Amino acid sequence: MDRKFNIKNILISNIVPIVFFLLTLGAVLVAKIPILFLLSEIVRRLSRNTFLVLALIIPVIAGLGLNFAIVLGAMAAQAALFFVVDWGITGLNGIFLAMVIASILSIGLGWLVGRTLNRAKGREMITSMILGFFANGVYQLIFLFFIGSLIPFKKTEFLLPQGVGLRNTVDLFGVVDGALNRIWMVNIKFITFYMIPLLIIVGLCLLLTFLLKTKLGQDFKAVGQDMHVAQTSGINVDKTRITAIIISTVLAAIGQIIYLQDIGTINTYNSHEQIGLFSIAALLVGGASTRKANIWNAIIGVILFHTLFIVAPSAGNKLFGQPQIGEFFREFVAYAVIAFALAMHGWKSRKGIH
Amino acid sequence: MVGKGAFLFSSTTRNLKLTLYGEVRVRMEYVLEMKNISKSYYGNQVLKNVSISLKPGEILGLVGENGAGKSTLMNILFGMPVIHSTGGFEGEIHFSGQKVEIDSPLKAMELGIGMVHQEFMLLPGFSVTENIKLNREITKPNFASKVFGRKLETLDIPAMRKDARRALDTIGMHTIDEMLPVAGLPVAHKQFVEIAREIDKQSLKVLVLDEPTAVLTESEAETLLNAIRILSDKGIAIIFISHRLHEILEVANKIVVMRDGSVVAEGKKEEFTIAQIAEKMVGRKVEKVELTPRKFELSNDKIIMSIKDLHVSMPGEEVKGFTINIRKGEILGIGGLAGQGKLGIANGIFGMYPSTGDVKYKGVTYQLNSPLFALKNGIVYVSEDRRGVGLLLDESIEMNIAATAIEAFGMFIKSFMGLKIYDRKKIREHANELIKELDIRCKGPTQPVRRLSGGNQQKVCLARAFTLNPTLLFVSEPTRGIDVGAKKLVLDYLVKLNREHGITIVLTSSELAELKSICDRIAIVCEGRLSAILPPDASDADFGLAMAGELEGVKTHE
Amino acid sequence: MSNALEEIKNLLKKTDIPTLVIILFLIGLFILAAGTKMSIPSLLSDSIVRIGMNGVLVLAMLPTIRAGIGPNFGLPVGIIGGLLGGLIVMQLQITGFSGFLVAVLLSVVFNLVLGYIYAWLLDKVRGQEMMVETYVGYSIVAFMSIMWLVLPFTNPEMIWAIGGKGLRYTLTLQNYFDKILNNFLKFQIGKSFYFPTGLILFFALSCFLVSLFFRTKMGLAIDLTGQNELYAVSSGVNPKKARRNAVILSTVIAGIGILVYAQSYGFLQLYQAPLFMTFPAVASILIGGASIKRASITNVILGTVVFQTLLTVSLPVLSQVTRGDVTEVMRLIVSNGMILYALTRAPKEAN
Repeated sequence: MDRKFNIKNILISNIVPIVFFLLTLGAVLVAKIPILFLLSEIVRRLSRNTFLVLALIIPVIAGLGLNFAIVLGAMAAQAALFFVVDWGITGLNGIFLAMVIASILSIGLGWLVGRTLNRAKGREMITSMILGFFANGVYQLIFLFFIGSLIPFKKTEFLLPQGVGLRNTVDLFGVVDGALNRIWMVNIKFITFYMIPLLIIVGLCLLLTFLLKTKLGQDFKAVGQDMHVAQTSGINVDKTRITAIIISTVLAAIGQIIYLQDIGTINTYNSHEQIGLFSIAALLVGGASTRKANIWNAIIGVILFHTLFIVAPSAGNKLFGQPQIGEFFREFVAYAVIAFALAMHGWKSRKGIH
Repeated sequence: MVGKGAFLFSSTTRNLKLTLYGEVRVRMEYVLEMKNISKSYYGNQVLKNVSISLKPGEILGLVGENGAGKSTLMNILFGMPVIHSTGGFEGEIHFSGQKVEIDSPLKAMELGIGMVHQEFMLLPGFSVTENIKLNREITKPNFASKVFGRKLETLDIPAMRKDARRALDTIGMHTIDEMLPVAGLPVAHKQFVEIAREIDKQSLKVLVLDEPTAVLTESEAETLLNAIRILSDKGIAIIFISHRLHEILEVANKIVVMRDGSVVAEGKKEEFTIAQIAEKMVGRKVEKVELTPRKFELSNDKIIMSIKDLHVSMPGEEVKGFTINIRKGEILGIGGLAGQGKLGIANGIFGMYPSTGDVKYKGVTYQLNSPLFALKNGIVYVSEDRRGVGLLLDESIEMNIAATAIEAFGMFIKSFMGLKIYDRKKIREHANELIKELDIRCKGPTQPVRRLSGGNQQKVCLARAFTLNPTLLFVSEPTRGIDVGAKKLVLDYLVKLNREHGITIVLTSSELAELKSICDRIAIVCEGRLSAILPPDASDADFGLAMAGELEGVKTHE
Repeated sequence: MSNALEEIKNLLKKTDIPTLVIILFLIGLFILAAGTKMSIPSLLSDSIVRIGMNGVLVLAMLPTIRAGIGPNFGLPVGIIGGLLGGLIVMQLQITGFSGFLVAVLLSVVFNLVLGYIYAWLLDKVRGQEMMVETYVGYSIVAFMSIMWLVLPFTNPEMIWAIGGKGLRYTLTLQNYFDKILNNFLKFQIGKSFYFPTGLILFFALSCFLVSLFFRTKMGLAIDLTGQNELYAVSSGVNPKKARRNAVILSTVIAGIGILVYAQSYGFLQLYQAPLFMTFPAVASILIGGASIKRASITNVILGTVVFQTLLTVSLPVLSQVTRGDVTEVMRLIVSNGMILYALTRAPKEAN
């Protein structure tokens, strides 16, 4: 089937980033936020959020769609940080320890997610979504009811009044807050570049590029295109898929730690939820689909999505007199982008296009 | 290879056969021997004592109708899991003179058996090279792989390219660019990439091609046959399965015809004509059965449906211009080889697949592509796909019988509180009547249809059809997968419908014996068109010629 | 005697493991309740109210499952139609039973339109309905959140006291149709057992009407489409139309369902609230024994009874052992766990 290489096709296949770019541009112009502030915020969000979005790429390539279960990696990261806080390990040591603990947890969790998704072939996305909610329930059970009772926790200032369960916010100040950020900062004209997280992100990009050139990467791509053909050629489809999810979950855990050390506080019962939604929306905004994703989708997506994020409340205020509208609009956009990507996926699958 | 001398104790000892004269002959003649292969699926025997043998470089043409056992035989050769999970098989396979146990596709590949399946096993987003080397990629070690294992070795694309190029050139495919993504390639090239993948496996000794030309044009098929000849010259033995008999005769060295699980004919290519092959594929002994006479005479003036230039796009059974007049009150048979289009006709008339043509029913223009129109005009269709189209497997017998009647005609409906709902009592009564009449063996009308035997399921399909008060009934493959006793019942019932209720019946079947036993005349379809109309007592040879499309003129039975 | 045992054994074999676990857990809770001298009648009474309150929303899952689309994860669409009906009634200040009736009628009208559009969208994404439904639901709720702030409602009971613009998060129905069904023919046994006759009658009537519907030609067409699309086509059914009808029906029922829920609860809940109704409803029908592809009225009733009783009983009983918000967590685990189980079941049909 010959694909006519013309403007129309380029527009259609990149419609989401283009529309989003126009939308964001409009909002920026309306909101009248100082450009320097905007740029500075964007740079910060790049170093804070990109790692998490990159974690989504491998499952897309391996045919598992959008991995809504990266939430489990985020939860592992938070669990690890809670204990780092409790044991009073600060600075870089705290970060490393948290990353190690979170990674080990994530390998186990990723394996579970992978096994579950293998039992729901053809329905991976909705299953990973529900799995995320289910895990959230278990997470709440543990951190609302077991911490302080079954699981000892020394720093009681972080517990709820009755002594059981973690508080809604756990402050990382003095523990690992900014531990990575502060190692090396570069200031250009009032814009601060946090070099270490940025370098880590560059490192991940290189790692992912390398991975896709190896045999494992080739297996991912094969399984992602057609499981039956891959199976017949002797590739262990189930194992390959599980590997993809494990990698994604571990990366999500590390990404969440990078995110949290920048933010400085953990919203015990909320941080991980939102991060799943926003990371996926960002990847899609950057031009990825449920079957194709690359590093540029992640980077462009973070820039576009978070720009809108920053300016929406002001734009809402300027247009309607209610900043609340701007906030609802942000949410609407995040959900609508995902709904659109899923609709495109469904539409294309129905037509047999890939 | 004959060598004088009696004592050669080495690993070739197994292959030595001491003859009476003390000569030593090494049995390396055959690269593949399948000996006395038998297989049953759940008590149903699908292969009976089948033996085939292949010499290196020999091309064996394997022919047979669908259900003859070809696929099962190839599945056994290729070690497919479905064979082992259903009780294995009897008989032996010898490869390069040694007995082997092939229990998985991997084992088959290791031995040097390659298979090009009917459906393309290609990844559209990969290049030709990547497809040819799928899961056998050439890799180079690197730092990460030394720590984490071989899966992290980098792909050596240039080396892979070289291999791919070599494989393509071997079969004469110099024009295919090995770096192009497979998705954009024309269908024929995809087929060649599949073959290239198999021959890239250095140890390939036997290549099985399952319907490789089904999707190719004449000239593309020619190119493929050339490729096969090249491979044969290199010493690779080939099993070539096809429904296109003239291709078989062109390229094969020897031919094996299978029918009903046995080998019914084999020999050198020169010993066969197309018609002879066709005849062997479908010929069967038929007992003469006396049918009840009709109350009236059939006549060419009383035509219930006239079909002109019917085209149906049913994948695998394309109809390309079929024309016939169906006489009122007759039992018309439609036969032909698999894939030639006979199943497409009924499907097209009934609207299950897109069709065009000039069809008149009872003198009035007939609307194609609408099952509802067909039903409302008394045309009913019993599909060849019993489980897929004909039945609601998890529903009760009574609902299976009644559902279509309710939807299409509003039968079995009563008024209740202003709503029109279906009447369970009436449905049950009706179901019980038909269960008795057709002798459907079941626990009761509420039993889910899934539990019934094939024969009883077919009876439910017929009950469903009868409930719709058909004037013209299309039935396809009514006795497929049914035991002998039930077969007779089904055919008797069709005759009864015809004689007692005056229903015109069009019976499409791949079993010539069936058609011969109850039809008034039999139309043979070849290449999607009418090839001939023959009387039931015409010779097997005539039928063979008609199915091969070689019967002179179109004989119409008066 | 042995026949009854056989029957019970067969029933147990057919029931899903999670359902069994939940029922056992429920029995355990009741024993605990009796042990701690809690008032069983009042527990039962509360359970019955919650069953009637939630039942119609669970019923909305039935048509789409039977049409082969799976549970309707886009329930918020129909809920919004229902909420709009209720809001307009409040704005026009129609009180009492007529208010409820008008709200229901308005919601049906809105949902016929909304359902039609929604069905069109789902048809385009045939095969991925569940995911698209979920995110369309989220998007619409977020969009309507903006609308609630912008739409010109003026009734002071509805809008924010300070600022005077935009609807509040929850609106009390005290002066309108609060408990209008619950109180209808309500009766009392002993000190703490109240039976909300009107509510249960309404639920029972809804179930009855829906089961009647599936015996009509249109309902049968939906069933056939969901069971075997080719059989349906060969019976003269238009599968696209059948699926569309199922989606519209589901949306309409959802609108009525949220009004039934609201009148029992006493409040109309806007903004994020519609999102929280979906997963419990999906989980309920699955707990009742339905699968992604098959469901019956029995599943609706059984599932609602088990799930709602579980939630009702666990709060007071468990809060004697630990904090009360354990029920929230339990609701999350049970409902999502159930849906997860249903999604990962290997399909029963082998070939």
